[in-house]
Amino acid sequence: MIPAIETTALVKRFGETRAVDGIDLRVERGAVYGLLGPNGAGKTTTIRLLATLLRPDGGTARVLGHDVAREPAAVRAKVCLTGQFASVDEDLTGHENLVLVARLFGHAWKGARARADELLAAFDLADAAGKQARTYSGGMRRRLDIAASLVVTPELLFLDEPTTGLDPRSRNQVWDIVRAIAADGTTVLLTTQYLEEADRLAGRLAVIDHGRVIAEGTSQELKRSVGSNALHLRLDDASHRAEARHVLRRVLGAEVHDGADAASLTARVHDPARLAEAVAALGAGGIAVAELAYGQPSLDDVFFALTGRGSEDAVAAPAASTEKVA
Amino acid sequence: MSLLATTPRPPAASPWAATLTLGWRAMLKIKHVPFQLFDVTAFPLMMTLMFTYLFGGALAGSPREYVQYLIPGIVVQTIVFITVYTGVGLNGDITKGLFDRFRSVPIWQPAPIFGALLGDVFRYTTAATMVILLGLVMGFRPAAGVVGVVAAVALIILFALSLSWMWIIVGMKVQSPESVMTSSFLLLFPLTMGSNIFVDPRTMPGWLRAVVAVNPVTHLADASRGLMHGNVAARDVVWVLVASAVVTAVFAPIALRMYHRER
Repeated sequence: MIPAIETTALVKRFGETRAVDGIDLRVERGAVYGLLGPNGAGKTTTIRLLATLLRPDGGTARVLGHDVAREPAAVRAKVCLTGQFASVDEDLTGHENLVLVARLFGHAWKGARARADELLAAFDLADAAGKQARTYSGGMRRRLDIAASLVVTPELLFLDEPTTGLDPRSRNQVWDIVRAIAADGTTVLLTTQYLEEADRLAGRLAVIDHGRVIAEGTSQELKRSVGSNALHLRLDDASHRAEARHVLRRVLGAEVHDGADAASLTARVHDPARLAEAVAALGAGGIAVAELAYGQPSLDDVFFALTGRGSEDAVAAPAASTEKVA
Repeated sequence: MSLLATTPRPPAASPWAATLTLGWRAMLKIKHVPFQLFDVTAFPLMMTLMFTYLFGGALAGSPREYVQYLIPGIVVQTIVFITVYTGVGLNGDITKGLFDRFRSVPIWQPAPIFGALLGDVFRYTTAATMVILLGLVMGFRPAAGVVGVVAAVALIILFALSLSWMWIIVGMKVQSPESVMTSSFLLLFPLTMGSNIFVDPRTMPGWLRAVVAVNPVTHLADASRGLMHGNVAARDVVWVLVASAVVTAVFAPIALRMYHRER
């Protein structure tokens, strides 16, 4: 079967910057596939190339069997895009927004209105149907935006950071929607900055950094690449961090790296049995711990394992080596 | 929860259906945000009242006589001013990501542009009607009747559409809708004030008369006055038709090429 997406050495430059720098992807049909990476990694550019909004500068990309550069109209007829910023017309009501898109997809006025009503009900927006979209909350806008992408059933749906900026409840709603779409047989390509999101939704994922795929596999495989679970600590006093790092390294015999803020640390734990010992050693050294969490590695840990740096530094730091997982 | 459509997918929208739909959208925006029509129309309406009652007597003997001269020109000024909304609207669509949606939908690609122009025609017609109604209240009596007025408005709209292409280019070039507005005043003020909309240029210094004489708005104002009062000079109408054709021929291809280019 022809894969949903197949790219070879895909390149997109903006001036001197190589936003997409030789991406090879293969996405099979009928699943949720995640593009995971920090801000500026090239996720959005990749999606825009695949949705024919940008033309590649090098390499090839085939979407559902059609070359994006040579047959953009054929691609557009089969895919839908929900961009990073809810692209609804704020002046129009929710209902009018959906009628507009339904008309553009070829529905007659009557059919367009009927489909708009269906979608508003399915996306829990029926009460706000007659209100201007500018009055909607972030979560409502997102749902309206995704609804607009489902006016006709696309074979492939692009979702660019569908939950960025949403509160937890809205985020859960969007997750349910993505699962329902995938369950009905549409392939979904979503980008995210959150490993948790990729973990919950995507069967397979590619980790992208500096416009390259630095790892590809299931989220389990990626986590296994980190090799172990992680201990996340936040100290009471940031000035104790160097000392704490030293203690953890000695007791756990593993890598310890600095966390997102000045008082936090992350340590890999190869042997969970020594966890209590490590915490006790910190206490004995007079280092007070404000927060402590032990569990599966985060995107940051995966990133650290793959690149030797945290995802926060990804934009500023130099390009990392490529590693294929699984 | 079943989110996906259960009915078969309809055949793709025709270019005409897509354009019409996007024109419908432009009209909805006017309906929901009428202010965007009033803020540009209010200014010419104020000018009409001020010029007529303040200067009308001095300029033309009496306000009533002056209003016969002024109204066709004010319709020109009003519509020329609101051409900028083509660029403002387009720029807003680009910055808000709506264009990404339109561009990723399988429609005839220039449909959003032509749809916007269709909405503009509605906007121009509404604004012209408002000015002419105010004029009628103030004693404006076009000798050529309804036919003359409709012909004049049609000619003005034709010229305005050619200007719209320039705003489409500006709308794609600048960063925000506000910058489109700012740049508009630099062009539209000299264009409308440096004409014979308000006064007969006979009393102007020679250099200014030369500017006024080549300003297409002058010819448009003359043609509209002529059409509304039944004493039109064919030369003015031809001048406007040629000017509109030239502006469109130069700017429409540039605008469409820029539109097709990625961003």
